Amino acid sequence: MKRSREERRESRNFYFFISPWLIGFVVFALFPVLASLYYSFTEFDIIHAPRFIGLDNYTELFKDDQFWNSIKVTLKYTFISVPLTLFLSLIFAMLINQKIPFRGLFRTAMYFPSMISGVSMALLWFWVFNPQAGLFNYILSFFGVDTINWFLDEKYAMWALIIMSFWGLGGGMLIFLAGLQGVPAHLLEAARLDGAGRLRTFWNVTFPLISPVFLFQLIIGLIESFQVFTQAYTITQGGPNYSTWFYVYNIYINAFKNFRYGYASAMAWILLIAVTIITFIIMKLSNRYVYYEGGSER
Amino acid sequence: MSGIALAKEQSVKRRKTKVDVPKLIGFIILLAVTVAMIMPLWFMISTSLKTTKEMFVYPPSFIPKYFAWENFKELFTNSEIKFGRQYMNSLIVGIATVIGTVFSSSFVAFGFARYRARGSNFFFILVLSTLMLPYPAIMIPQFLLFTKLGLHDSLLPLILPSFFASAYMIFLLKQFFSTLPNELYDAGRIDGCKEIRLYWTLTLPLSGPVLATVAIFSFLWSWNDLLTPVLYLDSQENFTLPIGMAAMLSSKFRIAPWNLMMAASLLSVLPVVALFAIAQKRFVEGIVLTGIK
Repeated sequence: MKRSREERRESRNFYFFISPWLIGFVVFALFPVLASLYYSFTEFDIIHAPRFIGLDNYTELFKDDQFWNSIKVTLKYTFISVPLTLFLSLIFAMLINQKIPFRGLFRTAMYFPSMISGVSMALLWFWVFNPQAGLFNYILSFFGVDTINWFLDEKYAMWALIIMSFWGLGGGMLIFLAGLQGVPAHLLEAARLDGAGRLRTFWNVTFPLISPVFLFQLIIGLIESFQVFTQAYTITQGGPNYSTWFYVYNIYINAFKNFRYGYASAMAWILLIAVTIITFIIMKLSNRYVYYEGGSER
Repeated sequence: MSGIALAKEQSVKRRKTKVDVPKLIGFIILLAVTVAMIMPLWFMISTSLKTTKEMFVYPPSFIPKYFAWENFKELFTNSEIKFGRQYMNSLIVGIATVIGTVFSSSFVAFGFARYRARGSNFFFILVLSTLMLPYPAIMIPQFLLFTKLGLHDSLLPLILPSFFASAYMIFLLKQFFSTLPNELYDAGRIDGCKEIRLYWTLTLPLSGPVLATVAIFSFLWSWNDLLTPVLYLDSQENFTLPIGMAAMLSSKFRIAPWNLMMAASLLSVLPVVALFAIAQKRFVEGIVLTGIK
């Protein structure tokens, strides 16, 4: 098919404008993805050239206790922190969405901490959890809880990190709030006229309408929590007794401390596959869910 | 009409006099949660102004007896910490990242929003799919690449990638650029504008708010990032704030200088506070628009 001059010009413009991304994509995404796949089949310490060893890295990983432990640690954090954060941010969004006094103030105060991420947050909470003079144990003492050595006790270190993670739920809350404000008032009114209570209205009207927001947050939350690094690096260094030895921390240690780039690349690829599969599954499940809702409405 | 209005008014009055118990409980919960969210911040501020002695007093005081402003001075004068230098590094990286992200992402987004070509849908899906690409999965080859280029222990590896557009920002900007009317561009072309001028003098000036959102979020990401600096930066005078503060924590001070670290934490939060104060509305809009936090 012969293309007109106009079309050719348009296509030239398109490629001209997207060229920065195209270059960046090849250099900073495509090449690294493929290179790390290749490295994952090699023994590679940066000083010597990569030596091809086939699947040895992968078979070694499957026998590596630290690998399995880091998966266990990461999943434990994910399965507790992500659903709770989602749940709480939704609840708080619903509370703020009502006509109550000071809602703007509440919103600001709850959202602000989520801007303070990274090391500042980690430092602050490390100090809040300090067993001698920290704020957290002091407050717990009013409820008769004995002093807890949060980050020195392998039973509690993970819980401290999970509690910390709630501090950032303001961002998710705002997203839910936006979703809730998009729910048409007449649908809520109609549900009320039908005699539905608050809970029923939520399950049958509000939740289905904000479910895309929920889904989005779930996926982002899972992917983020698979990549926890800052807290492990700053606060716990993976301890005590490897109880916070997160997956990405394990990759980091293997690559940049033990100089096993091939081995770490194999782990990186397993992460990539896991993220892809999980995103895919959630998308598929959600398709079914959305379809089901649409069908039953009529 | 007036009858309905009257009835409405009465029902409003009636609703007002009746105490809505679930709403009241909601209010109390929110109040409690807000206090809980703010308290760590208060603790950070008060600790940053405590003396080494008062820092470990139990129960912790909420207002320091003596305001130790010298903690802040110490941060900048203590040659072991190099806080001022690291602050500058973080600002340099942050500002350069903002410039890179804003211009490259808007440039690319303009291409996606205004032109069609064979493969343009494919490329856009590719952009979206890179949103899911975890950084740890690609960091090793990136690290080796920058190291080979001799950029190890410099700020460039933290800055350069931002000049090649970010997927989030392309997505956000493309959505906005697509809403600008075609007539505008036709008029521009009739006036003899080259395509690049349509981008530069027509589109960018119309996009202030959305560009501000992009700038704010790219600054925040860069400002808070730890993993990338950890990979590339070795010497203390090249550290950015996050890695510098992490190093403070693990260094061999005799007593953990929590007051100094809280002062550092507080100062490192300042640009975030400033951004938040200036652009609070923009933050909220940005979040609502994009789901970025």
